Amino acid sequence: MKVNRDQVVAMIEEMAAAMAQNKEYLTELDSAIGDADHGINMDRGFRKVLEKLPPVADKDIGTIFKNVAMSLISAVGGAAGPLYGTFFMQFGKIAAGKEELTASDIGAMLAAGLEGIKQRGKAVVGEKTMVDALEPAVEAYSAAADAGKDLVECLRAAVAAAEDGKKATIPLVAKKGRAHYLGERSVGHQDPGATSAELLLRAMLKVLES
Amino acid sequence: MVGIVIISHSLKAAEGIKEIAQQMGREVPIVAVGGTEDGDLGTDPLAIKEAIESIGETDGVLLLVDLGSAVMNTQLAIDMLQDELQKRVVLCNAPILEGAVVAAVEAAMGHTLAQVKRAAEEAGQMEKLL
Ligand SMILES: Nc1ncnc2c1ncn2[C@@H]1O[C@H](COP(=O)(O)OP(=O)(O)OP(=O)(O)O)[C@@H](O)[C@H]1O
Ligand SMILES: [Mg+2]
Repeated sequence: MKVNRDQVVAMIEEMAAAMAQNKEYLTELDSAIGDADHGINMDRGFRKVLEKLPPVADKDIGTIFKNVAMSLISAVGGAAGPLYGTFFMQFGKIAAGKEELTASDIGAMLAAGLEGIKQRGKAVVGEKTMVDALEPAVEAYSAAADAGKDLVECLRAAVAAAEDGKKATIPLVAKKGRAHYLGERSVGHQDPGATSAELLLRAMLKVLES
Repeated sequence: MVGIVIISHSLKAAEGIKEIAQQMGREVPIVAVGGTEDGDLGTDPLAIKEAIESIGETDGVLLLVDLGSAVMNTQLAIDMLQDELQKRVVLCNAPILEGAVVAAVEAAMGHTLAQVKRAAEEAGQMEKLL
């Protein structure tokens, strides 16, 4: 199974829809341990993504993802902007010139995207950030791929791992981002960025399952 | 002369800090940048990049940031600069207000970018309650 350009565009639209639907939820999570803007930031970013999508929707998949990255970088406003911007910029690099993606392309995109986020934000697993959802997701994807699973099964494994990773942020003390200023008071709350990361992966899966 | 860019989540804060620092060095090029594209609190790497480019000084540009995404978005803005300008720009680990005041004094004295940066960073250890 391969993912074509129309499915990539559908994935991006699905991600935007997920951010719009969860705008209040993500903001509420961020109000507990941050500055109550994560949902607002992500929704603003993805509205810009949708606005800038039509002129590139018939280009190669790399160009489409680089465009997503630039929209997020310019419109998000918070930490999620440079982080997810870098994530999708890496997607764009791996997908450069491609008209369709294989399971191994998507695995490489996720791995490169995670690497980009870690370089930009200097976070490692356990610091209560989006990395806590994304790193297990990347590992689960590659384990499923190594076990010979197909694309949908690999992505399903990634989403399940992201969900566990997201929940595992609840007892953690934040070491990065705004929540870091709260120290011990950040314990008992789920990280907003780990939550949006899981939602974005789930949106990609939804398109392949439909 | 070294120029200074002040980067805050709030444009008002950046402009206020610029005003305070400018008193210490009237002729120093200082630019304030802050807020998102739609005027909310936040930072915008493209706006930061433009602010750095607008300084147009040849002796270098010192960047002062407030917190969180201001650091990452400024690093992203630096990555997007032309190589030649990129070499003359440094991000400094100083408190934004005190750092800006000290940097303005040092820049006005014609010091180098490295000297201005070091002085601004030392402003973090300055005793305020004498
Ligand atoms: N250094 C980092 N590395 C990885 N993820 C990070 C880092 N800093 C913050 N995050 C993630 O970003 C999320 C917050 O995103 P949001 O868009 O609300 O930015 P913010 O923290 O409000 O930005 P700002 O620094 O402008 O206040 C956190 O929940 C966390 O998952
Ligand atoms: Mg926030």
